Amino acid sequence: MSALTDDTLPVTPQSIRDEMIVFAVMAALLAIVPLTGIYPFFVMQALCFALLACAFNLLIGYGGLLSFGHAMFLGTAGYFTAHALKVWGLSPELGILVGTVGAAALGVITGVVAIRRQGIYFSMITLALSQLLYFIYLQTPFTHGEDGIQGIPQGYLFGLFNLANSTVLYYVILVGFLGGFLLIYRTINSPFGEVLKAIRENEPRAISLGYKTDQYKLLAYILSGTIAGFAGSLKVFVAQNASLTDVHWTMSGEIVLMTLVGGLGTVFGPVVGAFVIIAMQQYLAGFGQWVTVIQGVIFVACVLTFRRGVIGEIAHYFRRSL
Amino acid sequence: MQALYAQLLVGLINGSFYALLSLGLAVIFGMLNIINFAHGALYMMGAFCAYFLLNLAGIGYWPALIIAPIAVGIFGMILERTMLQWLAGLDHLYGLLLTFGIALIVQGVFQNYFGSSGLPYAIPDYPKIGGFNGLQGGMNLGFMFLPIYRGWVVVFSLIVCIATWYLIEKTRLGANLRAATENPTLVRAFGINVPRMITLTYGLGVGLAALAGVLSAPINQVRPLMGADLIIVVFAVVVIGGMGSIMGSIITGFALGVIEGLTKYFYPEASNTVVFVLMVLVLLVKPTGLTGRAA
Repeated sequence: MSALTDDTLPVTPQSIRDEMIVFAVMAALLAIVPLTGIYPFFVMQALCFALLACAFNLLIGYGGLLSFGHAMFLGTAGYFTAHALKVWGLSPELGILVGTVGAAALGVITGVVAIRRQGIYFSMITLALSQLLYFIYLQTPFTHGEDGIQGIPQGYLFGLFNLANSTVLYYVILVGFLGGFLLIYRTINSPFGEVLKAIRENEPRAISLGYKTDQYKLLAYILSGTIAGFAGSLKVFVAQNASLTDVHWTMSGEIVLMTLVGGLGTVFGPVVGAFVIIAMQQYLAGFGQWVTVIQGVIFVACVLTFRRGVIGEIAHYFRRSL
Repeated sequence: MQALYAQLLVGLINGSFYALLSLGLAVIFGMLNIINFAHGALYMMGAFCAYFLLNLAGIGYWPALIIAPIAVGIFGMILERTMLQWLAGLDHLYGLLLTFGIALIVQGVFQNYFGSSGLPYAIPDYPKIGGFNGLQGGMNLGFMFLPIYRGWVVVFSLIVCIATWYLIEKTRLGANLRAATENPTLVRAFGINVPRMITLTYGLGVGLAALAGVLSAPINQVRPLMGADLIIVVFAVVVIGGMGSIMGSIITGFALGVIEGLTKYFYPEASNTVVFVLMVLVLLVKPTGLTGRAA
């Protein structure tokens, strides 16, 4: 059977060098964005989703687990951070901490349930869990139901950086994104990441070698959820609201779509995919529901003809790992 | 007590839809190894098909009960021939992603033309037999008032479920089908056209979804997103019941509908979430699902 990530190449010194060069180019390009006159709000939003997609990709690309409920981490961290900033009046760094810790706790609780099944069942369970959370957030008072939490103060990060200034905010988001990205990169190239890949390739063999695969999967799930939550906390400062759309299953579908377009199991694919999908939504905003149809068509086209994704195809062409 | 019985009936009706949909999912999964995410969208198409037949062609409920599942079933078979069949041999997750895309396309197109609000579909008022006015009105059973249409949905769904079970478990066709699930190559060697069987199986599963759509049209209004949230509940039902057995899907479907109905009476705040909570509990106690075998 052909797995989702058949083309993943082994880690070699060359592949690490390639990836470091691409990372440097990406960081440099992103760093000069405020000088180019590109609308920073768009890039900031895309960066948050890029980190979210990278966290999702950690699970599917390296653990073989397709989560169809990653929006629950985005939404939970968003609500927690928004509540901490607006109602408790905490500083931005503490607000981000509250959101990220909340997502991590959610990861522990849902992870224990979800990793009990693999493959298709894992996807259905994560989807159902995120729907459960959606209904909970719809009914609990602190989320303000359909209205969401709005008008969130941005404040001063560490008392120094004024996040209401869009250039300052941009660099804060960029640093957060690059930090999260490097953490994921470090994870997949660590001994832990290697065991994760071994489990993805052949779980019974990994078990026979003495690895407690459930613990590895649970840890990967919690890490993925925590980083996704961190992205959700950052997004609060960009969008200045937290609403039910962030917890809805359509959002989970978008995260899957971004990663699929960029390339499942590639290092840079989710970033490219997130920019492509966010740009598409931006430019096609006037078409209303046709955006949903176009997203569906992209899903179908990717699965039928373009399974490696943008970065996956490039990497395959050059026989490199990206 | 009246309210309790009424909620039980609502639960049985929802249970009928869960049973019909999870049954179709199980049949499709058995044969194609695909979890059909488009199932909710195809259920919605069944309801819209009945609506179009009535409003564009003047064809009423009873013929629609047959025509809509066939029409949507044919649509499903076209999907299988043009797209799904190319996924054979790939990871199961690709099937999920592809059918999710199909669901987005179908729901998006319908939303463009019909918005998000519901369209009415009347309960049929024919045939008029004795005191009955088609399926309209109700009966006093002594302990509760039973709207005839609702009783009809429960009874008819049960009959369809059992007929499907009989078809798959007790007939020669079903035996071939189950054999092809176990070992398609060997069954092909016996001269049975397995690819055609796969297409027909998908058509059957989709037809069941469309039938559920027609049945629900007079109860829940006809809406483009009527299947979108339902399919997630049905996924939870499938996780609880496991996809190993046909009868298991039917019983789990009805049972969960009833439990949901009881929750609506005793603790309404949890009625949206009770199925998901039960899923969590079942996963903690018996991860393979109530009737499922180890995956």
